[in-house]
Amino acid sequence: MKITINGKETELAENRARTIDSLLEELDVSQRLYVTVELNGEILDRAAYETSVVNEGDVIEFLYFMGGGAR
Amino acid sequence: MNDQQIERYSRHIILKEVGGKGQQKLFDGKVLIIGAGGLGAPVALYLAAAGVGTIGIVDADDVDLSNLQRQVIHFTADIGKPKVESAREKMQAINPDVKVVTYKEWVTAANINSVIADYDFVIDGTDNFAAKFLINDACVLAGKPYSHGGILQFVGQTITILPGQSPCYRCLFPQPPPKDAIPTCSQAGVIGVLPGVIGSIQATEAIKFLLGKGDLLAGRILMYDALGMKFRGVDIKRNPNCPICGEHPAITELKDEVDAMTVCDLKGA
Repeated sequence: MKITINGKETELAENRARTIDSLLEELDVSQRLYVTVELNGEILDRAAYETSVVNEGDVIEFLYFMGGGAR
Repeated sequence: MNDQQIERYSRHIILKEVGGKGQQKLFDGKVLIIGAGGLGAPVALYLAAAGVGTIGIVDADDVDLSNLQRQVIHFTADIGKPKVESAREKMQAINPDVKVVTYKEWVTAANINSVIADYDFVIDGTDNFAAKFLINDACVLAGKPYSHGGILQFVGQTITILPGQSPCYRCLFPQPPPKDAIPTCSQAGVIGVLPGVIGSIQATEAIKFLLGKGDLLAGRILMYDALGMKFRGVDIKRNPNCPICGEHPAITELKDEVDAMTVCDLKGA
């Protein structure tokens, strides 16, 4: 299955069904418990990570917390 | 404008997007910089140089030796001096036309409204999520446009928030992460030039906002990867479930995000 993650075309290993949650685990995404996921232009509620299914051609963005700046 | 001012700002005035009228808008503009550190340093220097008439700067901290690798507004001789004082001296040395207002305090739910009230545009140059969420909430509730910036190691991000029109920080991140869940620059490091890049973008947004020219970085988060030397913009829509600017906001008044504060913030507050 081909999807686009953070602008990069990515081939997922098998054609099995995956939720966003299982994708985060599979890819070992950093800040996994806190990362914001945008799926095809819509920001997902965290509760939807367990139910939203990844489909061929999906465009996914992971948005990370960055807290630095002053000190 | 006197002759010296015409000469000082000549490279602005010659731009058709600025001109004498635009320069006057910058003189009349008021920008508040929260955090006189890595991000705040280039913002303060460039806004002063640009002739933004009133610049407020908020920080309770003193200059530390470990700051100097990236906080280019502070010099070795400033160690131990309040950051806002050190910043004010450099800004006025660059441009005596500019009025600098210093606030040697941390922003809190109790004081932030009165601090931001006098300004047209706010820069978030803070280093912790308690402050970043407080700034978002205060600016959204007050309808005050602001620029968010964040940095870590070799990556940075920035987005401009026009309350009620474009997505806010909570549209992207509804809640702060638990304390210590995300490493800070002091724990994880930051390449010194990184805040220079992100802060300069934030300063550009403030200037464009005052001029009313160009397209602001609203509805799009810009991410910068210094190691890969790549910029990426990701379009973001307003989140109808956003806890502060969504259809049924749960947050209607300011409160300090105590759970997101680090021990060091609590000492400061």
